[in-house]
Amino acid sequence: MMKDMIPGFELFQPTEVESALELLDRFGEDGWALAGGYDSLDWFKNRGKHPEAVIDLQGLAGLNRIVEIPNGIEIGALTTLTEIEHSQIIREHFGLLAEAASKVASPQIRNAGTLGGNLCQDARCWYYRYGVSCYRAGGNTCYASAPDALNREHALFGVNRCVAVTPSDTAVALVALDAEMVIRNSGGERIINAEHFFMEPSSDITRMTVLEPSDLLTAIRIPNTWIDADFYFEKVTDRNSWDFALVSIASAIKSNAGQIDDARIVCGAVQCIPRRLENVEAMIRGRVQNENTAAEAGILAVQEAEPLNYNHFKIPLMENLVKRAVRG
Amino acid sequence: MSDTDTFEAAQTTSASAHAVSDSDTVVIRPETTPEWSRRNFIKGVIASGVTVSGAVYFGPALAPPQPLSAQGVPRLITLNVNGQTRRVDVLPGETLAMTLRYKLGLTGTKLGCDRGECGACTVLISGTTHYSCSTLTQRVRDRKITTVEGLESPDGNLHPVQQAFVDELGPQCGFCTPGQVMSAVALLEANPKPTRAEARVAMSGNLCRCGAYDHYLNGVMRAAGESQNG
Ligand SMILES: Cc1cc2nc3c(=O)[nH]c(=O)nc-3n(C[C@H](O)[C@H](O)[C@H](O)COP(=O)(O)OP(=O)(O)OC[C@H]3O[C@@H](n4cnc5c(N)ncnc54)[C@H](O)[C@@H]3O)c2cc1C
Ligand code: SF4
Ligand code: FES
Ligand code: FES
Repeated sequence: MMKDMIPGFELFQPTEVESALELLDRFGEDGWALAGGYDSLDWFKNRGKHPEAVIDLQGLAGLNRIVEIPNGIEIGALTTLTEIEHSQIIREHFGLLAEAASKVASPQIRNAGTLGGNLCQDARCWYYRYGVSCYRAGGNTCYASAPDALNREHALFGVNRCVAVTPSDTAVALVALDAEMVIRNSGGERIINAEHFFMEPSSDITRMTVLEPSDLLTAIRIPNTWIDADFYFEKVTDRNSWDFALVSIASAIKSNAGQIDDARIVCGAVQCIPRRLENVEAMIRGRVQNENTAAEAGILAVQEAEPLNYNHFKIPLMENLVKRAVRG
Repeated sequence: MSDTDTFEAAQTTSASAHAVSDSDTVVIRPETTPEWSRRNFIKGVIASGVTVSGAVYFGPALAPPQPLSAQGVPRLITLNVNGQTRRVDVLPGETLAMTLRYKLGLTGTKLGCDRGECGACTVLISGTTHYSCSTLTQRVRDRKITTVEGLESPDGNLHPVQQAFVDELGPQCGFCTPGQVMSAVALLEANPKPTRAEARVAMSGNLCRCGAYDHYLNGVMRAAGESQNG
């Protein structure tokens, strides 16, 4: 592992969102927004990316607050994962997100890593991270799906050339909570549903989200739709600390007298984007919340899984996680 | 900026670009896709530099030249480290671990992985634990930085956590110890009477290659008892 200086760039520390947007416009592809740095610095150190200008978002006014809004809460994109884990309002009403945030990486990383950065982080496929010119890096092959590739952590679903999976634990929870992403650029603001924020490789293989170089994610809104629902989050990893999910699950279920009224169930680390299990949700709606329903849900969830050489184990893992989530 | 400019800029701003040319490392060739540009090729070459440089510490003298700009951050800055005000010349891309160890002589903070994966470099920034290998020094100009050197009292007595780690035979090789100490100190500041489970979570960002986790945990619990008594 190389330990030396990060190659030169100019560092800007704007205090207003407008100045940050102006800098992103000015530098375009050669600019880089820096939040907690736990994805960015790896790229810089490994010479995988070398921007001319780094725009430090840390000092931007008003982007690290959690506030109540008319129909829910709004979380500034620069809020740290530790702040989310400990926020009273999030723990009380949207505990799913607090739970997911508390399972990210390690305490030190959560102390600096931001919600925005966690959602925008790049794929963690190590072939790609190593600097090879795979599809995602603009090349014309996928090293992780080659016949002798080591792809234990890779995808079961939705493969289109790239088999990398979504690395973000909070993304899975936010799709389950039907959150909205507030995005700004110098032209104005737009709002995108969490489900449509993440990019499928079939749409653009070189990006993980819909963000353009000139865009900033400024806030995440969670509507009251799933407030105080029955939540379930579980993340399976090799080690209890640091590791990205092998499979994770986040669910929100509303039930009445043992009968499921409505549900949202989302799986992480099985596809390039958080995988919403709409077929399972539809199947369990109106059903009694018991062992049978849970078992059927598990089987349905993995029906279309297409394993690679080394990730067959993810199928029973996912099936069991869905079962547990539905059983409640 | 044209691609030729980029090529020259890349050559002069990245130390590793030079390393590639006189090594026998396989250089990743540009693929023949229409999207492939000169710029991407340079990025590929620079990425491959990672495999040849090895564990080299470049001193400040060898650091790549930095672009100058009136609008970027100033290089001569003031840091507050262990209660002292230190003036230091800091590059925009310099990590706190580098500044502490190689410019301020505070080598108690260790560098293990340099990638946020081990915790050896843990320091306190405004009382909170951070990996100094993954923190740009320029981002902590106005904050209070505490390293393991800043813990003992002026009369030379060890901090209760340090003493407890000695008493519980916490360290084996000792490489992870400064980081473990910093995590324990931050925990006990925020939560003077943690449960063993809480302490385990607080210490979970510090890897110990010798596997002395239980010894360190015993140390944390002993220090917690002491804080309570005194
Ligand atoms: C050892 C290690 C283990 C980890 N384990 C896990 C894990 O188990 N689960 C998990 O979910 N994550 C994990 N992570 C990721 C980590 O938690 C961070 O969340 C993540 O790396 C990025 O967050 P950051 O705030 O540090 O962002 P940065 O690194 O600063 O930014 C990440 C990317 O997002 C862009 N970006 C950031 N904020 C914005 C914004 N507001 N608008 C537009 N673009 C933006 C940046 O330009 C950059 O491309 C791990 C990281 C490391 C180093
Ligand atoms: S899985 Fe995606 S990121 Fe990994 S090597 Fe294949 S194309 Fe590249
Ligand atoms: S050296 Fe910083 S975490 Fe390993
Ligand atoms: S004591 Fe050797 S690494 Fe922890």
